[in-house]
Amino acid sequence: MPIRTEPVTVNIGPQHPSTHGVLRLRVTFDGEVIVDVEPIFGYLHRGSEKLAEERNYVQVLTLTDRLDYVASMTNNQAYCLAVEKLMGVEVPLRGQYLRVLAAELQRVASHLVAVGFLLQDLGALATPLMYCFRFREKILDLFEMLCGARITVSYMRPGGVFADAPPDFWPALDVLLAEASELVAELEQLLMQNEIVLIRTKNVGVLPLETAIAHSVSGPVLKASGLAWDWRKMDPYDVYDRVRFDVPVGDRGDNYDRLRVRIEEVKQSLGIVSQCVEQIEPGPARAELPFVLRPPAGAEAYGRVEAPKGELGFYLVSDGSIAPYRCKIRSPSLINLTVLRELLIGWKLADMIVTLGSIDINMGEVDR
Amino acid sequence: MTRAFQGQELAGFLRQGFPDAVTGWAGDCLWIDAPRLLDVARFLKDEPSLAFNFLSSVSAVDYIDHFELVYHLTSMTHNHSAVLKTRVYTRDDPSVPSVVAVWPGADFQEREVWDLMGVAFEGHPNLKRIMLWDGFPGHPHRKDFEDVVSY
Repeated sequence: MPIRTEPVTVNIGPQHPSTHGVLRLRVTFDGEVIVDVEPIFGYLHRGSEKLAEERNYVQVLTLTDRLDYVASMTNNQAYCLAVEKLMGVEVPLRGQYLRVLAAELQRVASHLVAVGFLLQDLGALATPLMYCFRFREKILDLFEMLCGARITVSYMRPGGVFADAPPDFWPALDVLLAEASELVAELEQLLMQNEIVLIRTKNVGVLPLETAIAHSVSGPVLKASGLAWDWRKMDPYDVYDRVRFDVPVGDRGDNYDRLRVRIEEVKQSLGIVSQCVEQIEPGPARAELPFVLRPPAGAEAYGRVEAPKGELGFYLVSDGSIAPYRCKIRSPSLINLTVLRELLIGWKLADMIVTLGSIDINMGEVDR
Repeated sequence: MTRAFQGQELAGFLRQGFPDAVTGWAGDCLWIDAPRLLDVARFLKDEPSLAFNFLSSVSAVDYIDHFELVYHLTSMTHNHSAVLKTRVYTRDDPSVPSVVAVWPGADFQEREVWDLMGVAFEGHPNLKRIMLWDGFPGHPHRKDFEDVVSY
């Protein structure tokens, strides 16, 4: 006689260690197999877009730090690019190099967090996470030298960066780069050949490329599905057209590929940082701009970057006043979750945790 | 380098199949008559020389006398982009056709527009609030929104 089962609905979150913040997933199970998923957002909604309408163009920058708070540099960059498009401002070359340098260090830090927490979700409690955080900590120390803050940096400003790097920043960066290759090799050796990691991630949560594109998925998740689409290459901003780097792609689009793409990106980013150090030349780091910016009325701009989590875009509309009339944030974390339902149905509970971790979301950015 | 389509150029593509759908263009923006949005979206995606297969972002702007919906499109086949816009001229129950059938990636973004700006999407499979809780009064991104929640 067949065993009769009936679907059970379970709430994962909002307070759950594997949801990376306050995300709630209403999951319907048939036994242990997922038959439906509904993500529920909004627990961290602070109305950043509305708040931006009441602040001037430079003040809005502090809001962008708090979107994806493990990658504030790239948030700053996307916003500054949008404001510069609105104003028609050209950033001095040294400012552009400092931006790329800071953004790539931030990408390394963000990917280390992603990899560390994915391993944590796999059950490797604390140890791999500490390996990742050990190196991230050194990057944050460098940020502290650059701008005095570690997380909410507000380092980039419309027209360039807040200030040129202090003289003792460069030797400290050299030390970091010298240590980096060893640390990445260690990480790779520890993780990428680990039997448990392989069993839990290979061929799990496979995302076909067509599905990924149709669902507007971007960033490492899209690359893992096999398309080398990176805005740094496709539509170079700042000085990304002056540095050489590869865009890693996966071949199956499973959790393992998403993990591998991130580790490859860490290596590429470190390469970009080294090239910036070689190429950067003295000069002004910030364009001369008025204290209060007033873009022309009716102007609008969409500035986007390849953030560590995907395409981060700011759509700004100006009415000629000192504050944006509308500031819409295209957050990669939220939009990458559109595909979650498709990705999870048919898999088991334990795979759900890993798949969610491999998408790498940040609730500050999902809910804004 | 991503090539940004000019509105006029894109209007040329639409002239044959949709002579009445285009309502204007300026710079890199193209305005579409709201009821024809879904047909135009499907054409932009399926036409091989355009192939806008990636919907970057869906935004809504409140201009007091009308709402403007802005679709940032990208073609990952040809590496070009376009900005599609449409307007609705009512503040009571405004609605436009949903493009989820063409770009499933619009799902959460349209829900967000509905939640925060109060523009509904006809044909959306699951149109409900996404950031705020059910029963929240009003749509906070509207310019005339006043905070009604007391703490």
